[in-house]
Amino acid sequence: MSVISLNIGLILAATLFSIGLTGVLIRRNIIFILMSVEIMLNAAGLAFVAGGARWGSPDGQVMFIFILAVAAAEVSVGLALVLLMFRKFGSLDADLIGKTGADRDAGEIT
Amino acid sequence: MNELLWLVPTLPLAGFLVLTLAGGRLSRNGIAVIGAGSVGLSALLSIMIGVSLINMPAAGRFYTQTLWTWMQAAGLRSDIALFLDPLSMVMIFVITVVGFLIHLYSVEYMREEEGYSRFFAWLNLFVFFMLVLVLADNFLLLYLGWEGVGLCSYLLIGFWYRDPANGYAARKAFIITRIGDVALAIGIFILYMNSGTLDIRFLMQQAPLHWKAGSGVITLIAFLLLGGAIGKSAQAPLHTWLPDAMAGPTPVSALIHAATMVTAGVYLIARTGPIFALSPAAQTAVAVTGAVTLLLAGFSALAQRDLKRVLAYSTISQLGYMFLALGVGAYPAAVFHLMTHAFFKALLFLCAGVVIASVGHNRDMFKMGGLRTHLPLVFTAFLVAAAALSALPLVTAGFYSKDLILWEVWSSPAGGVRLWAAGIGGAVITSIYTFRMVFLVFFGETGITPQHRPSMLINIPLVVLAAMSVLSALLMLPSGTGVSLFDSFTGTVLHASVAEKKDVPEFVFQILGASASVAGLVIAYILYLKKTVANRPESSGVAAFINRIAASGFGFDRLYNALLVRPFIRITTINRDDFIDLLYSGIGWYSELLNELLVRTQSGRIRWYAAAIACGAVLITALAVFG
Amino acid sequence: MNTLLYIAGFVAVMATLMTITRSNPVHALLYLIVSLLSVALVFFILGAPFIAALEIIIYAGAVMVLFVFVVIMLNTGRAAMEQEKQWLNPALWVGPASLSAVLLGELVYVFGSGDSVIKPVVMSTPAQVGAALLGPYLLGVELASMLLLAGLVAAFHLGRRESAVDGKEGSA
Repeated sequence: MSVISLNIGLILAATLFSIGLTGVLIRRNIIFILMSVEIMLNAAGLAFVAGGARWGSPDGQVMFIFILAVAAAEVSVGLALVLLMFRKFGSLDADLIGKTGADRDAGEIT
Repeated sequence: MNELLWLVPTLPLAGFLVLTLAGGRLSRNGIAVIGAGSVGLSALLSIMIGVSLINMPAAGRFYTQTLWTWMQAAGLRSDIALFLDPLSMVMIFVITVVGFLIHLYSVEYMREEEGYSRFFAWLNLFVFFMLVLVLADNFLLLYLGWEGVGLCSYLLIGFWYRDPANGYAARKAFIITRIGDVALAIGIFILYMNSGTLDIRFLMQQAPLHWKAGSGVITLIAFLLLGGAIGKSAQAPLHTWLPDAMAGPTPVSALIHAATMVTAGVYLIARTGPIFALSPAAQTAVAVTGAVTLLLAGFSALAQRDLKRVLAYSTISQLGYMFLALGVGAYPAAVFHLMTHAFFKALLFLCAGVVIASVGHNRDMFKMGGLRTHLPLVFTAFLVAAAALSALPLVTAGFYSKDLILWEVWSSPAGGVRLWAAGIGGAVITSIYTFRMVFLVFFGETGITPQHRPSMLINIPLVVLAAMSVLSALLMLPSGTGVSLFDSFTGTVLHASVAEKKDVPEFVFQILGASASVAGLVIAYILYLKKTVANRPESSGVAAFINRIAASGFGFDRLYNALLVRPFIRITTINRDDFIDLLYSGIGWYSELLNELLVRTQSGRIRWYAAAIACGAVLITALAVFG
Repeated sequence: MNTLLYIAGFVAVMATLMTITRSNPVHALLYLIVSLLSVALVFFILGAPFIAALEIIIYAGAVMVLFVFVVIMLNTGRAAMEQEKQWLNPALWVGPASLSAVLLGELVYVFGSGDSVIKPVVMSTPAQVGAALLGPYLLGVELASMLLLAGLVAAFHLGRRESAVDGKEGSA
């Protein structure tokens, strides 16, 4: 179609990836963490597609389909686990996981 | 017969091994048979070998038996080799015969003790090491025996280990003799460095050719050897361990600290006589050491209350006589006195043991008394030995040996009036304290009544030793009579400095010596038998003060304590948390610190792990991109 | 085309930034959907129309809706939102932000220093993608289907009520 610089695609992917990484590290609510993971996966897929477009072959798009499948499976299982967690702890605080009973009660309960 | 020489030290060693390994399983009688029997067989063998040695012609009276090569490296060669000549023959005779008699005595004396097999095992080990010392062919083997007897002395002094005071006495003995041992070791090193060989006989023959008389090296070596002898033979200033060593059982005191181990120093100087002959300064030092020690110890013995301590100081004093004789070059006289002293001093100790045991292990002489009616045989033996010690004239061997020494001290070029005066003064004092002992213990009113009489096994050694104290005089009667068996026997090895100043004949000295000992007897009689308790000289005033000082050994212990022991303890207290230890405990501390830090990474928090993964990703990327 | 690409990229970045900084989960999800839509536009510009469609249908249309359902189910109310604001303390952002910035810097360095090829964009039709899927990548397709099956079963099992532990099947 037209002439574009393909580095832009990769740099865009890198930017979105690091934003998603920041989200994982900053947020304490587990739903937001999962959201940030989705952002990262999407960014990775963008990188693949950009790379595939450089060579003009559909391989990048095929990789993106696989990444999509993985993301979908992971989201479903992850959200089911979030439901379990909410039932058990009564809160969505990610720091509650991995602590024993004595430490847990020190956190907030919503 | 000479080929069986190797059995003489090996039999006690075998006895030690059997008793150590299987002593717990043997009965008392079995232990006694093995312990005393091994030394008894050794004694028998040494007598037979002695007879065969006497029968050899005078010029060829030596025999070397090499067992195997101990070490050989870079020019140093040291064999396990036994060397027999008249000097070592005398020594092994004394060691094995007196040792056997003391073993017999101990069979009965130590019968009630719980460490019966341990006692005989160590006693046998001691006899083995002492025999190795005197039979050694080279200095390294001699040093092995030297160290070994020190070890056995430590083990046996601390025999009753449950009482910490005994352990303290044992350690004191070991450490003080160690100082002498270091001097001896350095002396041997310098000797080897200068001559390239450690063979004793070869060195003694080559000594006059190898070194210049009076040169610095030979004087240094001689002084170092003297240092070793001082330590082992408890001469001043290293004498403070012997009175405390009386904490051990009486047979131990008799064997080790009267007859054998303490004579190792005398043997060493006698053996290395040619080296001392090359260094007049060292020889004078030997004589002066002997003279000072005999007076110091004699005065200390006058003030003791403990029976065994009197005998201990007496031993130090008599060893001083031997050193005095060695210092003036009268080697046969010194060795003869060594032999007779072994007999009567061992006898004195054994009798003292019986006396102490029979009054309930009480050693204070002032609490004893009047025992001559209760223990007649012991009294007779003790009296014979005391007479020999104070050199009562004509009947005792002590008279002949001490008289010979005093004559040589006056007459020889290295001696002189002052040394002789010390000797004769010491003889008077010896007589005084000896008969003080006799009168306090055996005469007067009975203090504590003894409970039982000693048995045959104790009586026989006492009788035999008493007989030997008297009969050994026959070996060396004064030169006027022409009976000088001892001198001719040992003359090939010990070069007697024949008295040069023969201006004063010997019988003058005999009269002087006899009158000295009788005078001492009379003084002791007056002071201790005639006077009542309240009038005893040490009870009051200036005499009491001097008495106290003398009783504590003239403050040597306090001096060493303040000078050496307390600073050392202070240093160790400062270094209680050993700074070198910090290296090792530091490793542990550091590991714990690392653990603390690493534990924090396993926090269980998800976001922490996510951050860790992110960090890792950043680092790896950086490595891949820029690395 | 280039300007469209830049605009779409800018919108994507802004929307993503808004996503991670909202305290209301629904707001964040909506911003995320906007981000996904702009990324789909980027896909289209890069010559992958099929993937653009898939992005919108599956990612924005199914995965995000799933998120919305779960957020609605776990409706924790205003108290939770207050707490969320509490947790979003800007002072805590320094560390993670700097870490991400370092990573971004490295990635930009790598990507920017490659060959900046400027070439005509070739549109890959769905037919080509399908041919690739059923051709060289057939095994991957099968594995992806296994993965989806596993995810399905796991989600079903995990989502059941706890009363099902007694042996009775409850409705999820």
